Amino acid sequence: MKFTTPAGPNPTDQQRVIGKPTSRIEGPLKTTGQAKYAYEYNEEVSNPAYGYVVGAGIARGRIEAIHQTRAKLSPGVLAIVTAANIGPLRTGLFYTDRLLAGPTIDHYHQAVAIVVAETFEQARAAAALLRIDYVREEGAFDLAAGKDSAQAPPAGPFSPPAETSVGDFATAFASAPVTLDETYTTPDQSHAMMEPHATMASWDGDRLTCWCTIQQLSWGVRDLAHILDVPAANIRLISSYIGGGFGGKGTVLSDLVAAALAARATGRPVKVTLQRPLIFNNTIHRPATIQRIRLGATPDGKLTAIGHESWSGNLRGGRTETTIASTRLMYAGANRMTKLRLAILDLAEGSAMRAPGEASGMMALEIAMDEMAEKLAMDPVEFRIINDTQVDPENSARPFSTRLLVECLKTGAERFGWSQHNATPAAVREGQWLVGMGVASAIRGAPVMPCAARVRLDRNGIVTVETDMTDIGTGSYTIIAQTAAEMMGIGLDQVVVKLGDSIFPVSPGSAGQWGAASATSGVYAACVKLREAVATALELPVDEARFEDGRVIAGDRSFPLADAAGAEELVAEDEMTYGDLGRQYARDTFGAHFVEVGVHQYTGEIRVRRMLAVAHAGRILNPTAARSQMIGAMTMGVGAALMEKMEVDTRVGFFVNHDLAGYEVPVHADIPHLDVVLLEDSDPTMSPMKAKGIGELGIVGVAAAIANAVYNATGVRVRDYPVTLDKLIDKLPVPA
Amino acid sequence: MKAFTYERVRTVAEAAAARARTPGAKFIAGGTNLLDLMKLQIETPEHLIDVGKLPLNTIEPAPDGGLRIGALVSNTKLAADIRVRRDYGVLSRAILAGASGQLRNKATTAGNLLQRTRCPYFYDTNQACNKRKPGSGCAAIEGSSRSLAVIGGSSSCIATYPGDMAVAMMALDAVIETVDARGATRSIPIAEFYRLPGETPHIDNVLTESELITSVVLPPPVGGKHTYYKVRDRASYAFALVSVAVILQENGTGRVAVGGVAPRPWRSREAEVLLPSGAQAVTDKLFAGANPTEENKYKLTLVARTLAGVLNEAKR
Repeated sequence: MKFTTPAGPNPTDQQRVIGKPTSRIEGPLKTTGQAKYAYEYNEEVSNPAYGYVVGAGIARGRIEAIHQTRAKLSPGVLAIVTAANIGPLRTGLFYTDRLLAGPTIDHYHQAVAIVVAETFEQARAAAALLRIDYVREEGAFDLAAGKDSAQAPPAGPFSPPAETSVGDFATAFASAPVTLDETYTTPDQSHAMMEPHATMASWDGDRLTCWCTIQQLSWGVRDLAHILDVPAANIRLISSYIGGGFGGKGTVLSDLVAAALAARATGRPVKVTLQRPLIFNNTIHRPATIQRIRLGATPDGKLTAIGHESWSGNLRGGRTETTIASTRLMYAGANRMTKLRLAILDLAEGSAMRAPGEASGMMALEIAMDEMAEKLAMDPVEFRIINDTQVDPENSARPFSTRLLVECLKTGAERFGWSQHNATPAAVREGQWLVGMGVASAIRGAPVMPCAARVRLDRNGIVTVETDMTDIGTGSYTIIAQTAAEMMGIGLDQVVVKLGDSIFPVSPGSAGQWGAASATSGVYAACVKLREAVATALELPVDEARFEDGRVIAGDRSFPLADAAGAEELVAEDEMTYGDLGRQYARDTFGAHFVEVGVHQYTGEIRVRRMLAVAHAGRILNPTAARSQMIGAMTMGVGAALMEKMEVDTRVGFFVNHDLAGYEVPVHADIPHLDVVLLEDSDPTMSPMKAKGIGELGIVGVAAAIANAVYNATGVRVRDYPVTLDKLIDKLPVPA
Repeated sequence: MKAFTYERVRTVAEAAAARARTPGAKFIAGGTNLLDLMKLQIETPEHLIDVGKLPLNTIEPAPDGGLRIGALVSNTKLAADIRVRRDYGVLSRAILAGASGQLRNKATTAGNLLQRTRCPYFYDTNQACNKRKPGSGCAAIEGSSRSLAVIGGSSSCIATYPGDMAVAMMALDAVIETVDARGATRSIPIAEFYRLPGETPHIDNVLTESELITSVVLPPPVGGKHTYYKVRDRASYAFALVSVAVILQENGTGRVAVGGVAPRPWRSREAEVLLPSGAQAVTDKLFAGANPTEENKYKLTLVARTLAGVLNEAKR
């Protein structure tokens, strides 16, 4: 099915199952330990061996020798896999990192060897016996130092133009009555998902099966085939359940390559999980940025000039962090410019993490908006409202499909009690705490991607859905079941959903906030085909058939749905593809975040006291799951605001705090009650589902709202994230 | 983890004998720190002597009116003991400010005293660390040092002692009782228990190779208002940026021990006598000779302000 014009009425409008708060259908499997994650497929293979990935002990240079004698003699050791005995490997087509280094080393903890043994403990013990001689080379590890030599990154998929310009920014900024010119920094961050990267690989002749934990299986098959030089048709990847990803498991990383190589070397199935302290420097992360923002406005608060320049670093061949993406769409303003620059750094690869680009960019822009509102002596909510736009600010002929940013701000202000906000910083005290409020807008793109699915109707009336879509904890299983139930007129208990297997029809996977809209649309297309097949089998007119309560009804004729299956089963498969509505309309999700913080007037400790997000994100398929996505992302935003930072040792060249004791993320005690309002919406330009994703919107703007609240509480403006007490302590007002 | 042998002992005498028999052995009880360090090969004992079943898990009145805490009393039990809560509130609060409920159930009194630093360079075996590998250098001093010591360190090491319980015990003048392989016992005031790094940062404390902690004795209660204030980047489950253990008497005198700033809980009587003059005076004296890095100098301000907050709260 090709979707080329805005959707009219269709069966999903019934909202009989779709749109209803629904607990996740796989929840009981997870709470009873029956949902299997990559490392837990203990019945599927017999006698697996264990691989342990050894990370490089230097940041840049080359391996002169790997002394293996003692390790090989260590109990239980089966093989030691290195680049020297495997031969050169290619890189994947998305990540640029070489997943088994040698002889050259590109970054710290890049995999240099896989030690395979009968048990995990034996592999780990033997790994410690490897002695590796390195020749160190100078490297570049400091983004600030590399800023001036940074280059314009090439445009390409996931990389917007290095420079954009509308109107005459320079003149408008120079002549603006009120201006702001500030620089903001965001640090390197780690996804820090609960489940580490893990794979079990098993070869059967020249065919490879991997139970793994990656978000986009078709990318995984493509990349693994390319890296190993194996036909894609010979590779099967299975990721039934994923214990968190946040973009950190997009496609093939070192665990998959290590397991596949080790299994080939030993002739045994091999399990590999990356040890937690390796993940921070070995895999990917959200890269640090330096962002300069210039705003110009008229005294009545109309933005006339918006400039956003951004620097990030990466390995050679890595992409830039596209912080400017939101700025291009967020506010009206006739004269605008953006500029991206990319420095070469010899740190681990920077890549996608929840709302890549947008999260970091809005951390800067939305502080700048707060600062500008103060210069204009305007309420920051009002300042945002008057600069709203209903068309793409770079192309007035391109409207937003739907955009209720103003309603998000107004609804939030009302519900949060923004009128209690005291615009004077450091004016509110409660006991030993300074109290402040902050606000920020949110925007996140709403892409939708082609997705295929297969649906099977059996003679018991059970509909089984198959697609290689993944569920990274988001609720994919449930919204797909809701879609099939709605389309086929049955209950959720009549639907079986099978995901996460690359033998199923191809989906775009879980990424880019496109999963929900894309996957359910693919299932919609397959269900339309199945409805046709059912009507045909029952000799009912396709256009008149209604699917209700497990029956198919046309005129005065009515049959159980199961009758259509006959003795066998009825199978339909289709792919949803798209025309160019995405070019005709700017399609995004929107939100507003309101935060109240307390800052201890003596110690500078910052505690979030209240948070509210109002979101506008198309038709909400499952309010329960959508709320979970929002509060999860808001929690992650608290981390970004207040604590998450990989410390770079710019001499040695690595992220120092590479475990979960050193890299702090919020704990329960950090998170107060989180309030979420989901605005009614339905976007017919997206797909027949009229839905958008919401998995990433919730993190965008949160950190800035918190930073703004800290400023309101203390009068101390911090422009370098995270906002930690050491950046406040010398500037806090005298305790009262 | 390096392969090791294991035995469980039932009496203190057996423990001492086992230790004498096997050089390079380590005692293990709760294992909440040692096992992590063994997995990372930071600790590589050839032999573990499990002392977890020794009869050292009671809290008894001491003859002088204090309390004798068995070495194996869990953090949970110690923090919840009614006598501790009533008479040594600073200790109860310090323990509850540390780790998590699960860890406190497992962690023992003696083991807590012996936990090793959390310096990130100590934890990464590729990096230079004189505490982990004597003579290899210190990558931390000019590296990422935001969490590290501002005083008491040396050119060899600026690691901090990471715990909370010992900071309170420092303020309480606790005494650590030990027995060695020959059966000889000794009592070590906690102020003399931890070593400053000097040129030998790999030696954390004054225990001899075979010495086993049997108990910790708290002197008779000193009264006063007890506070333990721990400052960190998140609300729970993090090591202190700084912490202050304060016992304040009605006349304004008192005791102050500080955590998170030095290789041991940091306390000075000369500083304490300045309590009536206020937090800044105490802090200036306590940190005379401090040698912070650019990244951790905030701790000096933070201690002064935290102490000021505690003193202010006590006045209410």
